[in-house]
Amino acid sequence: MLIRTQQDGFIHPLSSEITQPQVYANRRQLLRQWSAGAAAMGMASWAQREAFAQGGATAVKLASLPAAQSSVQGAMTVEKVTPYKDATVYNNFYEFGVDKSDPARNAHTLKTAPWTIEVEGLVKKPTRFNLEDVMKWGAMQERIYRMRCVEGWSMVIPWIGYSLSDLIKRVEPLPNAKYVEFVTQADPQTMPGLRGGYIDWPYLEGLRMDEAMHPLSLLTFGMYGEVLPKQNGAPVRLVVPWKYGFKSGKSIVKIRFVEKQPVVSWAKAAPQEYGFYSNVNPTVDHPRWSQASERRIGEGGLLDKKRKTLMFNGYEAQVASLYAGMDLVKNF
Amino acid sequence: MLREVLRKPVAKLGLVLLALMPFAWLCSGIFLDRLGPNPAEYLIRSTGDWTLRFLCFTLLVTPLRVICNMPEWLRFRRNLGVLTFFYALMHALCYSVFDMGLEWDEIVLDIAKRPFIAVGFAGAVLLSLLAATSFNAAIKMLGAVRWRRLHRAVYAIAVLAILHFFWMRSGKQNFSEVFVYAGILGALLGWRVWHAAHTRRLSRP
Repeated sequence: MLIRTQQDGFIHPLSSEITQPQVYANRRQLLRQWSAGAAAMGMASWAQREAFAQGGATAVKLASLPAAQSSVQGAMTVEKVTPYKDATVYNNFYEFGVDKSDPARNAHTLKTAPWTIEVEGLVKKPTRFNLEDVMKWGAMQERIYRMRCVEGWSMVIPWIGYSLSDLIKRVEPLPNAKYVEFVTQADPQTMPGLRGGYIDWPYLEGLRMDEAMHPLSLLTFGMYGEVLPKQNGAPVRLVVPWKYGFKSGKSIVKIRFVEKQPVVSWAKAAPQEYGFYSNVNPTVDHPRWSQASERRIGEGGLLDKKRKTLMFNGYEAQVASLYAGMDLVKNF
Repeated sequence: MLREVLRKPVAKLGLVLLALMPFAWLCSGIFLDRLGPNPAEYLIRSTGDWTLRFLCFTLLVTPLRVICNMPEWLRFRRNLGVLTFFYALMHALCYSVFDMGLEWDEIVLDIAKRPFIAVGFAGAVLLSLLAATSFNAAIKMLGAVRWRRLHRAVYAIAVLAILHFFWMRSGKQNFSEVFVYAGILGALLGWRVWHAAHTRRLSRP
């Protein structure tokens, strides 16, 4: 029997408590790194400004989320990535306010742990899963997608996650499940925007089963090498790159498999302006904004021309077959 | 005290300088990179906001003059009207340059295609008519009665401006600010209707 004493430091009940010899050997270097780190912290506010001014695309503060580069067709655009600071201060997340600078200011109240995702409806076994478990159901991949907002601007964002199809296969939907509905977080305690009666909460989105099963549909846990910032839909969101941004629901709490096409939030609030499909389509105008062109955030000067919007946001080769024979003007 | 200040000749200059502060703030914002990730959108929206605000200030002059019995306010009405036009012009310019890349055929198409742009355009055309006839010689040329009748078009401009703003915001169902401006402009126009009816009743034999 091992009797623990305070006489010396060489008896440990757990081997994990013992400092690894290579770490011990490097102790002086470690100390140097720490002191350099402390000095860097002091410089951080200055350095951050500098990084912002240079439009650095690297994040600084959240937990990193390791991922391999994706080999899915079309998943790695080579366009210039939008600076991290632009992608994290210019957001539409009405639960935290209608102004695009509101989410970055207000979303700190969102409680992302513990987080569960309820899988319900037409599946083999409706279950509530812990986020940590769901995160293990697919290999984390980095994918650099264009993101086109219905308002006429766009970004290029390196997301981290795995294909939504991995989750769908895992939970085994029944044969009569034709659509997937996504229910997002609606907590009046932490989300000040819920007081505004813009749309009915919670925010609902949906995809047809074949759209949801498409490898480009990404169940997303991170961006820019880190876990998702709260204003970008932490801890788990959807990214469907060939559709307007609002189709990619943030902070998802429920995934529901249904037979009939779900009534999604914006189509319910303003049916003449938003349809169920909402595929990026430069030839179908929105009554408020022309969809023929877009402004890429963080790129070029004020006087630069806007860039032409591409059919299916440039993912036509990958997704056009999903809509073969469909009238995309009627099904907007 | 206030009356004396308002009567001073420099008061007009002071008002114009004060009124151009938002413009100066926006211009400096371009160079200091203070306008956020989408400066074009920021400039288009804030010049629109300032047009609405100056429209409110302009329409406030007459009620202020009558209610406070201070004819001094009248001196500033035309200045405020021209300043409203100035911000409307900046708004139209920002839209034409930043959003449409100064492609005139595209702009014409856009006006024809989108009702909220058409309404804004109609308001701008009316407003430029008023700005073009805002100097003394124009009043003499038209005659005071006709000039006053023409400049009642500002009421129509107020309605068009609110409709433009409302339709723009209806894309995202975000009406709170629309209601604030509609409430203020509605009160200012409503007061005129009430005042006209009231004075007519008093002047009846």
